[in-house]
Amino acid sequence: MNAHGKAYRYGDNVDTDVIIPARYLNTSVASELAAHCMEDIDGDFIKTVKAGDIIVADKNFGCGSSREHAPLAIKTAGISCVIASSYARIFYRNSINIGLAILECPEAVQGIRAGDEVKVDFSTGTITNATTGKSWSAEPFPPFIQEMIAADGLINYLRKGAK
Amino acid sequence: MSMTMSQKILAAHANLDEVRPGQLIMADLDLVLGNDITAPVAIREFAKFGMDKVFDKTKVVLVPDHFTPNKDIKAAEQCKCMREFAYDHEIENYFEIGQMGIEHALLPEQGLVGAGDLIIGADSHTCTYGALGAFSTGVGSTDMAAAMATGKAWFKVPSAMRFNLTGKLGRWVSGKDLILHIIGMVGVDGALYKSMEFTGPGVATLTIDDRFTICNMAIEAGAKNGIFPVDAVAKEYLAAHCKRVPVVYAADADAVYEEHFEIDLGSIRPTVSFPHLPDNTRTIDEVGEVKIDQVVIGSCTNGRISDLRVAASILKGRKVARHVRTIILPATQTIYLQAMEEGLLRIFVESGAVVSTPTCGPCLGGHMGILAKDERAVATTNRNFVGRMGHVQSEVYLASPAVAAASALTGYISNPEKLEEK
Ligand code: SF4
Repeated sequence: MNAHGKAYRYGDNVDTDVIIPARYLNTSVASELAAHCMEDIDGDFIKTVKAGDIIVADKNFGCGSSREHAPLAIKTAGISCVIASSYARIFYRNSINIGLAILECPEAVQGIRAGDEVKVDFSTGTITNATTGKSWSAEPFPPFIQEMIAADGLINYLRKGAK
Repeated sequence: MSMTMSQKILAAHANLDEVRPGQLIMADLDLVLGNDITAPVAIREFAKFGMDKVFDKTKVVLVPDHFTPNKDIKAAEQCKCMREFAYDHEIENYFEIGQMGIEHALLPEQGLVGAGDLIIGADSHTCTYGALGAFSTGVGSTDMAAAMATGKAWFKVPSAMRFNLTGKLGRWVSGKDLILHIIGMVGVDGALYKSMEFTGPGVATLTIDDRFTICNMAIEAGAKNGIFPVDAVAKEYLAAHCKRVPVVYAADADAVYEEHFEIDLGSIRPTVSFPHLPDNTRTIDEVGEVKIDQVVIGSCTNGRISDLRVAASILKGRKVARHVRTIILPATQTIYLQAMEEGLLRIFVESGAVVSTPTCGPCLGGHMGILAKDERAVATTNRNFVGRMGHVQSEVYLASPAVAAASALTGYISNPEKLEEK
């Protein structure tokens, strides 16, 4: 599995209230949520995002609420991967549980600017900035989580009787 | 073998003698919580299991508290989805409007939380129950769905930070000021993935409500959970609410902590978090002149009876400033009734405040007090992110009930200590 797309670049502490404002949470329909993704910090995001694009952010991405609507909105908007220096823990587990690829790699984050073309090879954890030619390797997932991702999320993983 | 209090609870629920930080475990749960935002998503995921029963109908709790009483048609549909699921699966702890309260005030009050429990909730402030010596943490809807089906959840065992408390809080200083101070000190990601364990002689001086407030905001430092020892104060509360015998876990004397902090409670000042992050704190002495449009006293952080009592003691016989909308939300029906019996509601109404039925309402910018562009609120809630209470260009200042009530009177963020001297 690979990702290849244009980078959207954000700073520290991108919280779940800006990823998907609570005022839209009276629904859980993914496409309705995606239509408002990031609108409070980046009004252009949803107008310009293309399938495959990548979000690159500094530390504590996804802090705040436990709303799974946040990774769901990002995934449904077409984002193929999030790369951040660190993640808030609930966002991290939610993303894995729903199958949104997320990588932690502070060095890559420093080396990617808005609009850069980025490639990710999930099998090796290699992140490449195709615009500058630089590449980095991200921390691989622990085996337990790899199994969960391979099973396509927590629900399927458990249904298969894994323990 | 040495473990922190949080690690001991996790080990016990994973049937292990010992756990180590970073270890991934599958553990048995004592309680699984969802609300009207997160449960509908979980219910959809739960359906994928093809099971006709939840793992234990006494251990699933469903609370419609966010957009209720239903703010619009979409919210009504979400609540209906949860209600029908609750009836179909004979969920005992489904709290309809009329019995409902804000989940994190309601669960302990209803005796659903016991010391030593392992609890997950599809709500980030589930960490509140650490005040009673439980390990409780927020998760997402998929985790909730899996937990409703299996009674289990996966955890990465956290390392811990230790906060050794000494001394005693001052007259107008509360647990809210302490936790805002701590978040200001460590930052919004200062406790990321970790437990915040509170110990020391100062613990005994904190009321159970102070402890709820402190654990509630552990997530605002990024923590996985916050936890207090089960002492006489906690036992007294548990005895009055929970029928089960407390299971008391204590950290080993040689437990390893990544960081230690020494905090003299007597040195804590009333503290305010400026927009747009909870760690952007200033003491009341450094606030300057900040004019406000709204005051909100309530939420799972500070909507308990002691919070309302403090607010009433300040508002009594006084009027809120003409340009300030003051909204007070008792967190549960029991608290509402208690406030009524104690005459607090009369004090609020006479001061020019409004009192709402229990709801999260304005705390998450849902309803019941949304801010317009360029408006500012002082709120006893827990988040002041961009757009949290309404317009993206509105501002939320987080404070204690005492500071919020004092501010309602003057129309500026105000020090309750000064008001008393008048
Ligand atoms: S009161 Fe606010 S923080 Fe607490 S559960 Fe409700 S929305 Fe969440």
